[in-house]
Amino acid sequence: MQRFATKLTASFAAAAIVTIAMGADADVGDKYGAYKVEDRRSGFTYATKETQRIQVDDFENPAMIWVDDGEALWNKAEGEASKSCASCHNDAAESMKGVATVFPKYDPKLGRMKNVEKQINICRTERMKAKPWKLESNEMLAMTVYVRHQSRGMPMNVKVDGEVAPFFEAGKKFYYQRRGQLDLACGHCHVDNPGGQMRANILSQGQSNGFPTYRLKWQRVGSIHRRFRGCNKQVRAIPYKAGSEEYTNLELYVAWRGRGLPVETPAVRN
Amino acid sequence: MKSKALMLLAFGAVAMFVAGPAWAGDKKMMKPVNYKVVDGYKIPQSLTGKPGDAERGRKLAINRKKGNCLACHILPIPEQPFHGKIGPNLNQVAERYSEGEIRLRVVDPKVLNPDTIMPSFYKYDGFHRILKKFEGKSILSAQEVEDIVAYMLTLK
Repeated sequence: MQRFATKLTASFAAAAIVTIAMGADADVGDKYGAYKVEDRRSGFTYATKETQRIQVDDFENPAMIWVDDGEALWNKAEGEASKSCASCHNDAAESMKGVATVFPKYDPKLGRMKNVEKQINICRTERMKAKPWKLESNEMLAMTVYVRHQSRGMPMNVKVDGEVAPFFEAGKKFYYQRRGQLDLACGHCHVDNPGGQMRANILSQGQSNGFPTYRLKWQRVGSIHRRFRGCNKQVRAIPYKAGSEEYTNLELYVAWRGRGLPVETPAVRN
Repeated sequence: MKSKALMLLAFGAVAMFVAGPAWAGDKKMMKPVNYKVVDGYKIPQSLTGKPGDAERGRKLAINRKKGNCLACHILPIPEQPFHGKIGPNLNQVAERYSEGEIRLRVVDPKVLNPDTIMPSFYKYDGFHRILKKFEGKSILSAQEVEDIVAYMLTLK
């Protein structure tokens, strides 16, 4: 009963926050609050009010379970080195703050971009002497959500120049390349037609600031690469593997498209 | 490339055709069908020489794995709840366009607008990373294109 009351209060509070954020009666310019920066709009602004409420209420947001699981894993020693993430990085609230805003990042040793998932597995194999996690496994999703969650509310700000430039260009090229039997590029939906209605769905700008995100359709949390695969298959194109260099470059380009948008991990979408 | 050249030889009269031959979407009968874009804006001749079936065309327009016209267009199909609003409303399309103009828009709208979001429903090659199961196939067969054209012509 106590918990229910707390939950209820939290729900109302969250609903109130959403109302303010959405500015139902405010000026049109501020309609989307922090979820819009210049012409860039978070997927949050295309979601239904109901979905928005689920996201902003930590009691309702089903992805918060992944945050909790991630925290437990953060402190769990593993591998031959008997180290946990906390052994090196201490308090994630401090050490991981801002990380989600700057990944994918260039890794000179790899000679290519790495996303948060890749960095987690580098830490596991090199520092902890533990087995890498499979992408899309509960552990990997929980840790990625937990790490990115520490930047919630901070503006996306990936580096795209210098040694990163060729990877950025590759990601951009991917974004505008028609593919599959439906012969569509990412941009046809997410640049040319955001806000448009495709059968029962509203197209968004395809922003990545809420990933890994809880999709109601998936009934679980999923990575941005899983989403890329879904999009590619929908246009009847051969998808790339999650974790591939192609998708990591695309992830970089998409992160840049959303520069300035707040990290929402874990977001909730339909 | 080689197979295309062979096909062109087999059908002859290469220079007459603006667009190359295309495969019928039919799984067993991989029959190439030629079509001719006239004056850059219409395909006046039926792809099959047979009339389309408007009722079948209506079903194909609803079918998500076939025409799926409803994904992007409003149509007079009240029993289907969600009609897309990406493309133009097609409720009276036959008043705006001739049969040949409608056929070109279904077959290969990129002739008219290279940047369009609309797929070419009768294009069989030149795709990037197409899934194996769709290789060498068009989204619609020649007859299915004709069925949809026949259906569109009823929309006045």
